[in-house]
Amino acid sequence: MSLLSPVAALGRMTLGMLASFGRVAIFAADVVSHLLRPPFYPREFLQALMQIGWFSLPVVGMTALFTGGALALQIYAGGARFSAEAVVPAIVAIGMARELGPVLGGLMVAARVASSIAAEIGTMKVTEQIDALVTLSTNPLKYLAVPRVLAATLAVPVLVAVGDSIGIMGGWIVGVQRLGFNSAAYIKNTVDFLEMWDITSGLLKGAAFGFLVALMGCYHGMNSGRGAQGVGKATKSAVVSASVLIFAANYLLTELFFS
Amino acid sequence: MIELKGVEKRFGSNHVLRGVDLSIASGTSMVIIGGSGTGKSVLLKCILGLVHHDAGQITLDGQDVTTGDRDEFLARFGMLFQGGALFDSLRIWENVAFRLMRGALKKPKAEAREIAIEKLRRVGLGPQVADLYPAELSGGMQKRVGLARAIAANPEVIFFDEPTTGLDPIMSGVINDLIREIVVEMGATAMTITHDMTSVRAIADNVAMLHGGKVRWTGPVSELDSTPDPYVQQFIHGRAEGPIESVR
Ligand SMILES: Nc1ncnc2c1ncn2[C@@H]1O[C@H](COP(=O)(O)OP(=O)(O)O)[C@@H](O)[C@H]1O
Ligand SMILES: [Mg+2]
Repeated sequence: MSLLSPVAALGRMTLGMLASFGRVAIFAADVVSHLLRPPFYPREFLQALMQIGWFSLPVVGMTALFTGGALALQIYAGGARFSAEAVVPAIVAIGMARELGPVLGGLMVAARVASSIAAEIGTMKVTEQIDALVTLSTNPLKYLAVPRVLAATLAVPVLVAVGDSIGIMGGWIVGVQRLGFNSAAYIKNTVDFLEMWDITSGLLKGAAFGFLVALMGCYHGMNSGRGAQGVGKATKSAVVSASVLIFAANYLLTELFFS
Repeated sequence: MIELKGVEKRFGSNHVLRGVDLSIASGTSMVIIGGSGTGKSVLLKCILGLVHHDAGQITLDGQDVTTGDRDEFLARFGMLFQGGALFDSLRIWENVAFRLMRGALKKPKAEAREIAIEKLRRVGLGPQVADLYPAELSGGMQKRVGLARAIAANPEVIFFDEPTTGLDPIMSGVINDLIREIVVEMGATAMTITHDMTSVRAIADNVAMLHGGKVRWTGPVSELDSTPDPYVQQFIHGRAEGPIESVR
């Protein structure tokens, strides 16, 4: 009996996980199916766009700047081992656009946005505001989740584009100031080697990550337990699940796009 | 006419409602009394479909509340939640006018605002609060805003969950009068939860006492004092001694 109990626990956990995957999938399908059906809530959408897009710019920009700089240093050091220091501009650009821009941008948005959405909607749930919405003939999913998910899906690619540019600029600053590259040559090298698909694929990843982040925030918020503890747990689950899903989706999309 | 037959609800092992039978005639005011945690709020939420009952039947004018058009059904209701449940991202007047600014009852913004300010006045709040946010008001003021929101679209059926809790005696009087007025003048059906015996006498046509998951006693308010039921007597006189246990 006691020998088997870890197995039973594992089984229960697996079943529990499968069940929550199912619930999340149903929730996602619900949100998507409401995207194009009225009523629409433009004011809520614009507010979400400001919150998710505009106010995330500083943190995404800073992250990209330092990452681009560090990347340039690393690639220079690695490239020096086989006299290939000249690849720095191209690899910084490709690395930022394809991987680091979308993934780090997505993670920063997950930290900022998934948490705040989950806390806000979770608080609404525990203070009966969601019930109140229903009694006022407003579908909470449509009023709360749809605008946020749509806003994140559209805003994160823009954040990624800005992050890419700032990251590449970070690499350029380090390249020119610390590694002795010629400024014009660095820029020319970047432009010559960077392909459109490097950028577009990163932006598509950004859209997927934005969708996942807002979806997790809304899902965990709307399913928040009771009391302050319930909201705390919902917030934590939203950030953790959004981050893990970003990594998983990143791998799948990379397979899809580049192999 | 709202009718409940054998309504049951459990949350896990907590068997809250154990077969509630109750009927509320249209245009009358029913007051629900009972100790805290006996499931009064849950009962209202079951009628509105915010909580799904496990057994029994709830009908509004003969139609089962779990079937039929949900929007049409909800458009007939107004509800004041126990905690107010104001939307804290919206201004006070936008809270009150929420239903008037979207959906079937949509009105121009200026008109919606005017109605909101008029409803706020009826719950004893001046126009200066209209542009504040809920967090800037006291608990009692928030409760009254919730009340204004519940009556904003002149619903046929209104539920008030502890409308006077947290109000001073004068404001309680204002709210009691308002609820009575809504029933008498607008012909609305009202269901009110309260612990305040003054409110009970001011608001009720009929009273029902919930205890042990069932309706322990129900009858016209005039019979409340003369009923021999020991549970009712203990409750209305606020005695610690009696059949209702004080540790629950
Ligand atoms: N959503 C819920 N989940 C679990 N238990 C609940 C829920 N809502 C209410 N309860 C429980 O039901 C019981 C009755 O609650 P309620 O109707 O709020 O009492 P009251 O009569 O004071 O309004 C309480 O024990 C409460 O803990
Ligand atoms: Mg209650």
